[in-house]
Amino acid sequence: MLLTITTTHQPATDLGYLLGKNPERTQSFELPFGEGHVYYPEATTERCTAALLLDVDPIGLVRRAQGADGFALSQYTNDRPYVSSSFLSVAIGRVFGQALSGRSRDRAELCETAIPLEARLAVLPIRGGEAFVRALFEPLGYELEIERHQLDADFPQWGDSPYCTITLRATLRLQDLLRHLTVLVPVLDDNKHYWVGSDEVDKLLARGEGWLAAHPQREAIAQRYLRHQRSLTREALARLTDDDEPEPIAKEDEHHRQEEALERKLTLNDQRLQAVLSALRRHGVRRVVDVGCGEGRLLRELVRDRTFERIVGMDVSPTSLERASARLRIDELSERRRARIELIQGSLTYRDKRLAGFDAACAVEVIEHIDATRLAAFEHVLFEAAGPACVIVTTPNVEYNVRFETLPAGKLRHRDHRFEWTRAEFEDWANGVAQRHGYEVVFEPIGPVDPEVGAPTQMGVFTR
Amino acid sequence: MNRQTGELSVPELCLVVLVGVSGAGKSTFARKHFLPSEVVSSDFCRGLVADDTNDQQATGDAFDVLHYIAGKRLARGRLTVIDATNVEPEGRASLIRLAREHDCLAVAIVLNVPPQVAGERNDARPDRNFGLRVVKQQHSQLRRGLRGIKREGFSRVHFVDLDRVDEVTITRNKLWNDKRDDAGPFDLIGDVHGCCDELRSLLSALGYELSGTREAPVVVPPQGRRAIFLGDLVDRGPDSPGVLRLVMAMVASGAAICIPGNHEVKLLKKLRGKNVRLSHGLAETMQQMEAEPAGFGEQVADFISSLVSHYVFDGGKLVVAHAGLREEYQGRASSRVRSFALYGETTGETDDFGLPVRYDWAAEYRGRAMVVYGHTPVPEANWVNRTICIDTGCVFGGKLTALRYPERDLVAVDAVKTHYEPTKPLQGSAPEERPAYVLDIDDVTGKRIIDTRVRHTVTIREGNAIAALEVMSRFTIDPRWLIYLPPTMSPAQTAPSDDPLLERPFEALDYFARNGVERVVCQTKHMGSRAVVVVARTSEAAQARFGVGDGKQGVVYTRTGRAFFADDARERELIARVAAAFERAGLWDELNTDWVCLDAELMPWSLKAVELLRTQYAAVGTSAGAALREVVASLRGATERGTGELLARFEARQAMVAGYSAAWRRYCWSAEDIGDVRLAPFHLLASEGATYFDRSHVWHMQTLGRLAEHDPILMATAYRVVELGSAGERAEVTAWWEQLTADGGEGMVVKPEHWIVRGKRGLIQPALKCRGAEYLRVIYGPEYSAAENVERLRARGLSTKRSLARREFALGLEGLYRFTEREPLWRVHECVFGVLALESEAVDPRL
Repeated sequence: MLLTITTTHQPATDLGYLLGKNPERTQSFELPFGEGHVYYPEATTERCTAALLLDVDPIGLVRRAQGADGFALSQYTNDRPYVSSSFLSVAIGRVFGQALSGRSRDRAELCETAIPLEARLAVLPIRGGEAFVRALFEPLGYELEIERHQLDADFPQWGDSPYCTITLRATLRLQDLLRHLTVLVPVLDDNKHYWVGSDEVDKLLARGEGWLAAHPQREAIAQRYLRHQRSLTREALARLTDDDEPEPIAKEDEHHRQEEALERKLTLNDQRLQAVLSALRRHGVRRVVDVGCGEGRLLRELVRDRTFERIVGMDVSPTSLERASARLRIDELSERRRARIELIQGSLTYRDKRLAGFDAACAVEVIEHIDATRLAAFEHVLFEAAGPACVIVTTPNVEYNVRFETLPAGKLRHRDHRFEWTRAEFEDWANGVAQRHGYEVVFEPIGPVDPEVGAPTQMGVFTR
Repeated sequence: MNRQTGELSVPELCLVVLVGVSGAGKSTFARKHFLPSEVVSSDFCRGLVADDTNDQQATGDAFDVLHYIAGKRLARGRLTVIDATNVEPEGRASLIRLAREHDCLAVAIVLNVPPQVAGERNDARPDRNFGLRVVKQQHSQLRRGLRGIKREGFSRVHFVDLDRVDEVTITRNKLWNDKRDDAGPFDLIGDVHGCCDELRSLLSALGYELSGTREAPVVVPPQGRRAIFLGDLVDRGPDSPGVLRLVMAMVASGAAICIPGNHEVKLLKKLRGKNVRLSHGLAETMQQMEAEPAGFGEQVADFISSLVSHYVFDGGKLVVAHAGLREEYQGRASSRVRSFALYGETTGETDDFGLPVRYDWAAEYRGRAMVVYGHTPVPEANWVNRTICIDTGCVFGGKLTALRYPERDLVAVDAVKTHYEPTKPLQGSAPEERPAYVLDIDDVTGKRIIDTRVRHTVTIREGNAIAALEVMSRFTIDPRWLIYLPPTMSPAQTAPSDDPLLERPFEALDYFARNGVERVVCQTKHMGSRAVVVVARTSEAAQARFGVGDGKQGVVYTRTGRAFFADDARERELIARVAAAFERAGLWDELNTDWVCLDAELMPWSLKAVELLRTQYAAVGTSAGAALREVVASLRGATERGTGELLARFEARQAMVAGYSAAWRRYCWSAEDIGDVRLAPFHLLASEGATYFDRSHVWHMQTLGRLAEHDPILMATAYRVVELGSAGERAEVTAWWEQLTADGGEGMVVKPEHWIVRGKRGLIQPALKCRGAEYLRVIYGPEYSAAENVERLRARGLSTKRSLARREFALGLEGLYRFTEREPLWRVHECVFGVLALESEAVDPRL
């Protein structure tokens, strides 16, 4: 909301020439999201401070955002008017454009001179924490002062907010300070207010000239600066979540990453897929449906093997199906190859006639995402109504969790897991299913077998 | 055709195939005797695909279209007439196949016209330019084929000669299975299997008076009632002839209706001298028959061959068939319909006992008609999706069961003994093997049109269903608990710009006054989270009614069907407290129920929304507070350089932000203990066999208000009843609202005194909310009240929100009506799913 720039370079009031703004006058500028005001809280020859105050129109923000989907601005109760964000970058470009490009009508030489500068931002949201702020600014030679703000005085148990007031000090050219800010403020905020198009790449390269290439955090900077939009489907889903709750689906990726990170050392996912594939081949399966296919990892393996003549991936999440479609490049396949594979939206707790006519169904790491009381419906849908000759089910072996060093005791591997079973529990359930529906079941461990707690994943192969 | 009268009969539902050469007068005949929409002509179809009704090149495509149209009509149960020459047996064969695919009869009407006459007629028509040669060719084809036409598969073939054609009249006959105009009442009786004593006891228990002799029994039914026997009268049991005598006498005297079972069909074959294996109890029957006088076998054979394999009664509301009947087969006639009715459908596999594995058609049944059947013995007669099997294995030592229709009461007598050892133990088919709880994807996806009784139909768009499916599958509680979702609520019309407020009571009261409502109930709007509470008197009662098997006594869920508490123990505590309060208030007995469904608000807001409060509400307050503090300080330092005006503005903004932080904090407190939670129920939606939408909102408030006397965590909701005609009362309630909101309350909800009110344009809003100025900072942002902001916010469209509110209200009520009427799960779920799907509609979330 507020950026102040102070210099003690003598005469300090030359700052007015560098910025092209007269210290004796308060000036206002029209901006796409409201107004910008420039004034000088201090203007002596020893020390001069210029302030750029963003006067964001909170109602206008929301009104304009309507139609542009998937956007933080669609909320009226919003921190955008009060924080330093990509709005500030835009304002610097418009109001201090001349200084940003390193020009000055009256002090051309001073433009090229490194002078002692202090910039203060109130307030700056820091996504990534204090360490990340330091990692961004310190390599550029800044000395930092970070004042964290408590989230709420009435609720001290909530801890610190992501906001801080930050002071940066360095001796450098004003142009460089402004360039750093226009790039790094949105990076810290990680929440751009506009659509990120290809021209943003050019802008990043121009403003990063001379410093970004050598910056140790350049990858993180580029990634965040060129932030991607969420898909429109996800937006529809977001509307469905409780007003009272943050959207759980958006966090999904994060939870998946956590589970993957946990299991990574074992390349467990690959082993799981290979185990499923070899079971399918062993049973001469040609038509296979992957229920709960997610983003299509198993499907990708299946497509590579010509023995599978018909491959269907089913998932309940349209977002996952979109990603699976992209991963498999479905739109680019030739007609003949396209006919082999199909993605459908469906749910494992609803009987579905589209599941009939397959040699095998795979439910890889799926059942643990279903509430225990709804497993009976799952069982009916898969083993009774669809009833293929072969069903493959994999699920975590909870006994193995003690071998994951980073996993706190008693915690499950993924936040969406409704349960994780011991080997005995899984085998109990699977034997019951087999008996009720006329299947035989054999069990196979997946991943390294620990003599005490078994393998990290367990697989049941049902046949009849 | 009747030689004297020219009367020609066809079944009410059938495929009529006209046969005759070009120019035989088929179209004229069809026009005279059938509706234009009933006739599909090949010429017309040629025109459709080729713009030329005589284009012979287009014949293949034209017949594809003809078959398609005829197929659609037959599937919908409409009589259809095929107007084409149909002179070749191959063409007729494909039409017979089409009729069979839709389980309809096919009837041929052959128009016999000499080729010369037909040729002259063609010559007279400018659009027909083919000569006599073509007609003669058709005629000889027809004549060659006619010899075998009666064996082609038509149920009737009528011949109409040229000289009689003007005399023809067509009568439409009902199918034999069509008893739609017979509404009962009936007593439906399951498989008797020769258990004559039990049958006599059951009939007595049902109020039938039995007299006469064994050879000539007399049965007098209770006033107006009749029995319906569902087949399998014979075999296995001790006295099949006795049962036959009783039933045949009852059918003859009009006291009963009977349909055949597979055992009767087999007995008939045996009686008619066919080679049949004497298994499954037939040997016993034949032995018993030997003791009967000569001629009895013949009577039995005639009786069995007169039986119709299924019936549709009572305007289509009741269907009876020995082994049940899928919806598509009801009221149809074909050999596969008959076969299904007699034997059901098997998967072709056999189970561990060597018995055929039956396809569970009932679990998939989605039809409107009640289907009552027998055939497969079950330990208890249970409803599965509007179907019920009442063969309770009497001959195997179970019981003989009757279902009274339309009362739906079950009456049973126990077997005297085990007359016959079952191959498979009767207890084997427990209810969990008949999963009525399994929903079908077709119950919820695609574009759906749901009938509701308060608002005709509600349409759910396909795209909305897609989003709802994910939520319903992954995040909601078990669908068996989820019997209701609350509708969204619209705010009152926005206040005009001469008022600094955005919402105020005037518009809400005015809305109801304009819609003819005389009295409204205004209730405090609590600021917490919406919660639906389903609570039973005991966990056993919950299991019996909801059947989820999770051991819970009840559930608390959010307006989108998720569990309210992440922690089951928390839920258990709250449910137990609510149940206990019901107990102490005497409400279980008073309402004569052991479960209720309540609509409520659960507080504090922070209980559910703590993540949102931290990441959004507190965050905005903190960032705004810290930033404005810095801004105001820096502006103060520069006043001599012209920042005075800015300073005033930003100080005002600072004050609004302070108001905002105060607003949301009021709705938050720490609730570590269940005693810190507050539940304010305001609708008593449903209980066993009852909904309460016919009671006034005052009744709801008063009844639920009693709970607060018995437990401090239950809160009574303050309310006022306002006579809309009284200016004084309106002013009073406005003042009340001002006081409420000045004290930091969210505002109030205004409802018509009665639940369901229809205005000139249908259902009116069931409720409107009217929120306070300070509360709205939480919704519209800290600075919404600045004059330039509030002016812009007035431009908000309420129509989508209001339309959703009406539709969701109708669906919510419909779901509860259906649940309390014990309709199948999918019928309830359809409504609940619909509400969730509508909630995914894009609508301004601040309304």
